Amino acid sequence: MNVHYMFSLIVVIGLVLLAYVGVEVLGLKAIFGVVLPYAAFLTFLIGVAYKVIDWAKSPVPFRITTTGGQQKSLPWIKSAKIDNPDCSVGVVVRMLTEILFFRSLFRNTKAELKEGNKFSYEWEKWLWIFAILFHWSFAVVLVRHFRLFTEPVPYLLQLLENLDGFFQIGIPVVFLSGLLLLAGVTYLFLRRIFIPQIKYISLAADYFPLFLIFGIAFTGILMRYFTKTDIVAVKQLTMGLVTLHPTVPATIGFIFYVHLFLVCVLLAYFPFSKLMHLGGIFLSPTRNLPGNTRAVRHINPWNYPVKVHTYDEYEEEFREKMIEAGLPVEKEE
Amino acid sequence: MPNNNNKIYDKNKIVIGIVIFLIISLFPIWYNHFKNVPAPDPLLTEKAKIAKECVLPKVLMKTEHMQLLNSWRDSVVRDGKRLYTNSQGKVFDMSLSNGCLDCHSNKKDFCDRCHNYASVRPYCFDCHIDNPKEKK
Repeated sequence: MNVHYMFSLIVVIGLVLLAYVGVEVLGLKAIFGVVLPYAAFLTFLIGVAYKVIDWAKSPVPFRITTTGGQQKSLPWIKSAKIDNPDCSVGVVVRMLTEILFFRSLFRNTKAELKEGNKFSYEWEKWLWIFAILFHWSFAVVLVRHFRLFTEPVPYLLQLLENLDGFFQIGIPVVFLSGLLLLAGVTYLFLRRIFIPQIKYISLAADYFPLFLIFGIAFTGILMRYFTKTDIVAVKQLTMGLVTLHPTVPATIGFIFYVHLFLVCVLLAYFPFSKLMHLGGIFLSPTRNLPGNTRAVRHINPWNYPVKVHTYDEYEEEFREKMIEAGLPVEKEE
Repeated sequence: MPNNNNKIYDKNKIVIGIVIFLIISLFPIWYNHFKNVPAPDPLLTEKAKIAKECVLPKVLMKTEHMQLLNSWRDSVVRDGKRLYTNSQGKVFDMSLSNGCLDCHSNKKDFCDRCHNYASVRPYCFDCHIDNPKEKK
């Protein structure tokens, strides 16, 4: 038992109950189906933009690119074009591999004391594998949901659905991305529970998004394969939202509203939490600056505007006195 | 002295980034041109109208017909049992082509309307096409 994950778990359970009570007992379908989604989405958009602009106001005092290879210097020394890029093309490649494939996480190692007190680093790929699994399947799940927000449904989206349901297991076909997302989020949770060092540094803000995403994936899977919901009515509601003609069909079960409410909480929580690494990764100075410290002078924007009195000015001011005192001067007039 | 002059560094890149973010996030808004399409209305054939009742009540059929068909398939293919009795004691032949599609012979105006709207492409119809019907 740990106060941090218990707290997060209880909050998520509370949110589920809130949506249930709100829709089933109080009948606030218009609130949970229309008002909250709009409010959450607006909070998400404005919050992300605000956060990014706020970050952009922080000056970068010096080039703090992390280097994973030889910096460009003399022509006969081979430089690492991607790990230590010297131009924007290299930076773009480095950023793309970072964003799409988590390249720096791939270098993750585990430090351990072995055979008593022998210190060793070992390669550790599990976090990278499950992080890739989690993020990519989340992306696929997210993109798939656009079938509820587009009419007609774009061809590429149908292609993605066909790919996702490639194995044609059951009816409706099992989408692999949903299961992989659950697997990914489960691993990300379990590592915080079972690895003592990680458990030690994990706070409620680390567990909460995991439980929330687990809840979203779980209710989604529940609706698709088990309890069933009127998907045509759901699409009427979602299409109403995006065409700004909101409608609330009566035939949608409460489980949909629980799902939607958790998504709303995720969206509204997004800009103010660790989830903002979505925007933050683009603004990481250790990744997005070229490693050209030897070639280009970077002036610290923090530099205080110091009042200087150069020697020329000094001599101008005291020349006569200096000559009188017999001190050497640059210009004698 | 961080943040003392409220200046946005790399303003152009930041603005371009935020604009791209907004364009992507608002995709469903601009894709649909604010035009809402009315919900699909599956058309019943005369035969279906006369029969009035399907295998299950309409609400259940709407959400669970695919699961019913899946269990029918398992029952027919694996156990060789072809008869289904519903809660009212009515007995049906477990057959998509001869049962369901006999009444709902207008796949285009019945099945496809909702399937297209919800972007579902069930692979049932890969084999069970309307015509020719399966032979008994």
